[in-house]
Amino acid sequence: MSAVVSPIREPLITGSKTYHDITEDICGPTERAPGLLWTIAMALSVAGLATFAFSVFWTVYFGIGTWDLNRTIGWGWDITNFVWWIGIGHAGTLISAILLLFRQKWRTGVNRAAEAMTIFAVICAGQFPLIHMGRIWLAFFIFPYPNTRGPLWVNFNSPLLWDVFAISTYFTVSILFWYTGLVPDFATMRDRSTGMRRKIYNFLSFGWTGSAKHWQRFESLSLILAGLATPLVLSVHTIVSFDFATSVIPGWHTTIFPPYFVAGAIFSGFAMVLTLMLIARKVLHLEDYITLEHIESMNKVILLTGSIVGTAYLTELFISWYSGYIYEQFAFFNRALGPYWWSYFGMMACNVLSPQIFWFKKYRRSIFVTFFMSIFINIGMWFERFVIIATTLARDYLPSSWSYYVPTWVEIGIFVGSMGLFFVLFLLFTRVAPVVAIAEVKSILKTSGDQYKGKNAMPHHHAHDDHGHH
Amino acid sequence: MSQNKSKEVLFGLYDDETDLMDAIRVANKEHLEIDEVFTPFPVHGLDHLLHFEESRLHIAGFVYGAMGTLTAFLFMSWVFTRDWPIIFGGKPYWSVPAFIPITFELTVLFCAIGMVVSYYTVNGLAPGITIPTLHDRITDDKFCIAFNTNGASAQDIGNMKDFLSKTGASLIDSKVV
Repeated sequence: MSAVVSPIREPLITGSKTYHDITEDICGPTERAPGLLWTIAMALSVAGLATFAFSVFWTVYFGIGTWDLNRTIGWGWDITNFVWWIGIGHAGTLISAILLLFRQKWRTGVNRAAEAMTIFAVICAGQFPLIHMGRIWLAFFIFPYPNTRGPLWVNFNSPLLWDVFAISTYFTVSILFWYTGLVPDFATMRDRSTGMRRKIYNFLSFGWTGSAKHWQRFESLSLILAGLATPLVLSVHTIVSFDFATSVIPGWHTTIFPPYFVAGAIFSGFAMVLTLMLIARKVLHLEDYITLEHIESMNKVILLTGSIVGTAYLTELFISWYSGYIYEQFAFFNRALGPYWWSYFGMMACNVLSPQIFWFKKYRRSIFVTFFMSIFINIGMWFERFVIIATTLARDYLPSSWSYYVPTWVEIGIFVGSMGLFFVLFLLFTRVAPVVAIAEVKSILKTSGDQYKGKNAMPHHHAHDDHGHH
Repeated sequence: MSQNKSKEVLFGLYDDETDLMDAIRVANKEHLEIDEVFTPFPVHGLDHLLHFEESRLHIAGFVYGAMGTLTAFLFMSWVFTRDWPIIFGGKPYWSVPAFIPITFELTVLFCAIGMVVSYYTVNGLAPGITIPTLHDRITDDKFCIAFNTNGASAQDIGNMKDFLSKTGASLIDSKVV
């Protein structure tokens, strides 16, 4: 939007693309039959989804006793998975909303897929509190609706209820934001197609024409939705952290939780965006739109948020010692050296130590290193939530209640299966919608295309051509 | 918006937004009345050239947001002080700090839903609506200036055509929409 682009910025669109090339490249994959890789990935994901469905059926039919949770450890993989998935979702909103407010142009290459990831991750996250209730058919009790029991209202002072509002609002706003951006791109796909396909995309594109007045309102709406989504995304993980922080459990009852959870969420979300994008750019041939420049930018965010998370871990340790409060001290001693020491060290290695490799530009721009790091971080952030939840509960105030917890096949099936659910949704998305925001990428072509800037720029083009007059 | 009755439209397609903006400047100078401009992506500065007023969506957004704030806060206050007061840990019934998260979430929710609905309503867009487009490449890579030629004299239409060709339109056509 701003016409001023620093000359030292690298181009964000390579291959000397024209506007029409962009349309062709991004719409193309959805118009051809799916390739072998897609088919294999879909088959695996459907198998995962089937596992999920079966394990959830088992849970609902026999009850959550099948998870082997016990009186001491009442939250296990279920809430770990919930926090993990919801955290992953946060990167999509960060890219589409916060980076829009900061006018970061590299957002345009990845925002569509990242927002899709947000929505699918929130869908996966939402499953866990629901099945965790045990009687899922009574899930509507969590909403304050007029009922025949008084009406007896829900407890508005409970962070668990705040979570209900935060996550349903987050899901709704994410979908609205995402779909608003998709409408013009669906119109592009509509105008390239014929027959039934045209009818479907005409329906999906709401009759979009590209009128200048509509675009003006579109930009106004996008800006305000971004302005709303930014505090929203921060509030969502803050409220998730309140689930723990407002309790009286040592190790949970800490004021550092909200910023620490938000940083961790962005950290894990960017890792998942990278995992998905590195595969998608290869499979869908989007290397010209999701360039090394994009990957490097995301690795910088990972380095920053990873270091914030690392600082938070160390701060927690320091404060638990400095507080002089023996229960707090024991909670952290137990975390690091208790029965679940391996998960604490997994968390530290994956989240704090390994991202430090991104101080080196060479590794930030290495696809191989980035891919492995993104997997490490996904694992590390899962461990973080497991550490916070299971290790803290395993050693409570009464040594007679101390216990250990190992998940059953049902819980493992639900977690692994939730990835099947996620990837089924994501793979379907790559077939029916443009994976890169077509209109937004076109709008940065003149300032960030490699024929206009960078070392391959052609002299007769000038990046500021279209912005000269006001 | 004038989508209800059919109108005759003369339009020209440009290959680049720079050509489009230059053409609009010429049209403004020659006092030609442009009916609509269509572009494949939001072109920066176009709204100023076309003398659009600033969108008032953000005002609507504020109103919707304020409605959300009031709905959440007043409802929770009513439940916990009038309808069914419950003591939680000896805290006051009207525990305002605890109402902040839900009040905030509903503010955002009302504002977002309200604005998106308003946006589609004022644009005249909805699922299943078909608005005839002038050319299939307008959502791809062509930039379009359209004139309404209903009741225009042959001389006016001639002027418009001259304008389109001299400002570099790569395709000039007319259509009834």
